[in-house]
Amino acid sequence: MKRVLAIVLVVAMMFGMTACSGSGSDTIKIGVIAPLTGDVAVYGNAVNDAVKLYTDKVNAEGGIDGKQIELVVYDDKGDATEAVNAYNKLVSSDQVLAIIGDVTSTPTIAVAQASVADNIPIITGTATHLDVTSFGTNMFRACFIDDLQARTMANLAVAQGVTKAAVIYNASDSYSTGLRDSFKTYCDSLGVEVVADEAYAKGDVDFNAQLTNIAAANPEVIFIPEYYNTFYLIASQARAMGITATFYGVDGTDGVLEIDGADISVFDGIYFSNHYTTDDPSEVVQNFITDYKEAYGQTPNALAALGYDAAMILFDAIKRAGVYEPSAENWQSIIDALYQTDMQCVTGHITYDEGNGTPNKSTKVITIENGVYGFYGEY
Amino acid sequence: MTFLTQILNGIQIGSIYALVALGYTMVYGIIKLINFAHGDIIMVGAYVTWYLIAKLYMSEWAAIALAVVGCTVLGMVIEKVAYKPLRKSARISLLITAIGISFLLENVAQLIFTANPRMFTNLFPGNMNLGNLTIPNNTAVTIVVSVVLMVGLTLLVDKTKIGKAMRAVSEDNDTAQLMGINVNSTISFTFGLGSALAALAAVLYCCSYTQINPTMGSMLGLKAFVAAVLGGIGSLPGAMVGGFVIGIAESLTKGYVASSYADAIVFGILIVVLLIKPTGFFGRTMNEKV
Amino acid sequence: MEKFLSKMKNRYLLNTVLVAAVYGIIMLIIQVGILNRYQANMLIPVCYNIILAVSLNLSAGYLGQLPLGHAGFMSVGGYTAALITLALDLPAAVEFPIALIAGGLVAAVFGFVIGLPALRLRGDYLAIITLGFGEIIRVVITNLGFTGGAFGLSGIQKHTTLTIAFLCTVITVFAVHALMKSRHGRAILSIRENEIAAECSGIPTTYYKTMTFTISAFFAGVAGGLYAHYLCILDPSTFGFMKSVEILIMVVLGGLGSMIGSITAAFGLTLLPELLRDFSDYRMVVYSLLLVVVMIFKPSGLFGTYDFSMSRLLTDFSKGDLFKKKKTENQEPVADELKGAEIAPDTSISADPDIPPEPAETEGKEEL
Repeated sequence: MKRVLAIVLVVAMMFGMTACSGSGSDTIKIGVIAPLTGDVAVYGNAVNDAVKLYTDKVNAEGGIDGKQIELVVYDDKGDATEAVNAYNKLVSSDQVLAIIGDVTSTPTIAVAQASVADNIPIITGTATHLDVTSFGTNMFRACFIDDLQARTMANLAVAQGVTKAAVIYNASDSYSTGLRDSFKTYCDSLGVEVVADEAYAKGDVDFNAQLTNIAAANPEVIFIPEYYNTFYLIASQARAMGITATFYGVDGTDGVLEIDGADISVFDGIYFSNHYTTDDPSEVVQNFITDYKEAYGQTPNALAALGYDAAMILFDAIKRAGVYEPSAENWQSIIDALYQTDMQCVTGHITYDEGNGTPNKSTKVITIENGVYGFYGEY
Repeated sequence: MTFLTQILNGIQIGSIYALVALGYTMVYGIIKLINFAHGDIIMVGAYVTWYLIAKLYMSEWAAIALAVVGCTVLGMVIEKVAYKPLRKSARISLLITAIGISFLLENVAQLIFTANPRMFTNLFPGNMNLGNLTIPNNTAVTIVVSVVLMVGLTLLVDKTKIGKAMRAVSEDNDTAQLMGINVNSTISFTFGLGSALAALAAVLYCCSYTQINPTMGSMLGLKAFVAAVLGGIGSLPGAMVGGFVIGIAESLTKGYVASSYADAIVFGILIVVLLIKPTGFFGRTMNEKV
Repeated sequence: MEKFLSKMKNRYLLNTVLVAAVYGIIMLIIQVGILNRYQANMLIPVCYNIILAVSLNLSAGYLGQLPLGHAGFMSVGGYTAALITLALDLPAAVEFPIALIAGGLVAAVFGFVIGLPALRLRGDYLAIITLGFGEIIRVVITNLGFTGGAFGLSGIQKHTTLTIAFLCTVITVFAVHALMKSRHGRAILSIRENEIAAECSGIPTTYYKTMTFTISAFFAGVAGGLYAHYLCILDPSTFGFMKSVEILIMVVLGGLGSMIGSITAAFGLTLLPELLRDFSDYRMVVYSLLLVVVMIFKPSGLFGTYDFSMSRLLTDFSKGDLFKKKKTENQEPVADELKGAEIAPDTSISADPDIPPEPAETEGKEEL
């Protein structure tokens, strides 16, 4: 009897999978893929919250052409496989018009590859790896690519009269390693000597070994291309060791001042490249900051700003294309509309060259003084 | 100079591995179980201490004491609920249950505290200078406390009655029972002791490596287990020696080879030991009777 | 009916027809549209998870060991297959089978190399050493240049289709089944029951243990190849201890030593996360709880060491005693009193395949 029951259950499960997809013709369905749990959940949640913020704002103002936007959000747990599964579900089961996602580079690359055949418009706020937009013309991003910010930091080093720099990077993360590669190349061409190049692996919390080597080489700056949590660990361990060099960070470093329980004196005098600055007096930026603070109680970091912009760019394109139901032609018209984008967003002025999903933008350098972020300059 | 610093780094992490390895080795000695959940008890200890200090504003020492008590209780509860029913079952079931408990702890912690890493304030800030070397205070405290605890544990096992009971049960469970030893409470005590040590190791770990997250225990636990095997599983001095050796090996690999190979080297040591001398440095060769 | 089914070749005929029928039904369902593309795509992970579970069941269930490094073999096979298709530029029908077989073979070599030293150890030590090897494989792949290092490989062509995956699954299940029904299979089972006695009876245990390990690794490698060409990217961090444990969960929940158990569990555990997406926060908590609870209350898993047999089902049906309680099914694990046996999940006996099926434990061919 047991085995009959088991077989019946199995078959029932198979048919239970048949989901009826509701097609509301008065809503526009947009898919969102982000890591809401797992190692990089903070970043996924920041992006997701910002997208939601913008969507609520647009819906409150009447939606797009009177149609309310419905977000279908899937958690990819920071894993590429889950991201691809989520993508498949969004396209086949939920039948979305477009997708905002993913957040980190590896899952985004996986989704990008999977999406080429379908040609559905996808915009990622934050995946900065070069390969993301290399598979097809349907993939867009709201951020700059890593090469650009590495160059910015190298330029900054030159501008600050630095002759000896050290690098400590995460060898198991494509983001960190890509940044380190670019930084080294630019330093070499600009005449800055890279005196130490130390690697660590994902999950490491003890950097004493690498920092000991760096201390021995006596650099003036240490380039740490890492997300804010690990940046804090490295910086505080370096200071505890007696290292006095200046720290350079990247866009992932934004958010250091918000780490719960951190000793923020460690961050005084750091510089990092970023997508936007809270000092920017422009209306779109200040409104965003105010709205975000009101909704979530903290100052938005760069990832949130990019998520916000991704939504902004996408909805604007949808409005211009004027199509609301998923189909091959509608997707193509949205893609065409995306290439025509020319708008002022939180993270800068966004335009796209035909066929290139990476926007033309500049980088801003932020510094921290007395525990406050401050805009330093554009390099 | 740099070399000495690297060695010192190794001794620091090694002493933490040693403390954890002691817990592993005691439990294995007594019920022949690799308690995969041991590393996660460290994680629980870390979170409890952090929560009490950062969120409930308790004094450090009160928080640590509470964390130790909490972990002890947790360890004993896990043993009663999950491992005791399986004492007579196949070993594979026990191992799998341990893995299950480990995952359960990690994921419940993730549910409650989210995967967002939390920052732990260093309870022993500052440095001290010994000649040319700059030694952070937390390193010194870690090493000293670990050694004291190890000595204390050895004394407990060798000189006290409960220690004798532990040794008896690990030698031969049934005969010990025949001799009038309460096997169940001895086993519970062993788990409790191991967990208490884990909680202290957690505090020391967090002072040096200020970040805590739900998965911090698993790799730490695995490496501590390698240390226990290296030293001879079931042997207390072995676990200590093994811990320091693994710590130093890891530190030197990170400093002179590449950080990403550190894990591979540690497991490589494990494999070499298991193939050449499975009983480790101080273990006894077990003969199998048919 | 009984007489018809007493001949082995007739039983194989019956099972082939059934497998073809299942395939036909699945294809039909997809064509007609009851399952949309997303749901049809979900069957591919089901297929390679079945292969993984069945191959692990070979070393864990039938051989009675606890290898915790299965994900390592999967990654080796996947990388090999991917590197081959990336390097060659032949039509899919040519390069994909080559890649899969090559992936399997390379994984088998690893299985052999790891098995030879590892299988000298028992129980817990074997578990830890295989875990160690699995981690070493992961770290080495993360650091090699030609495997793409930490970034892995991307741009792999999507060669895996449901048909190919299904075919590979059928081949795997058939191969493992045929192995276990043969003389070699009985030797393997005897090693599980009591290795010392088996050795004394003249069975070359080292040979069989290594052989089982190698075959198990081969199929894991094939599954890795299917995985790589389905996902189109390979990220080395996917293949860590966690993945090995996920596969182990499938085998354990299904029942160590039961092929239908592994298949069902693989099927269920692949689909369940998708169905329960809303509860995904609690998923891992539920899994771990489930694992612990199952281990405490029913360590033999869902199916124990029971194996499904269509021939036996039909025979019973024709004899009219389909629901009669069989004597020796689903035995609970015997207490581990013997000092030598580290892992002894169950006692089961495989009957000679040419004797008509009796109400005793027969391992017949099962179907999906």
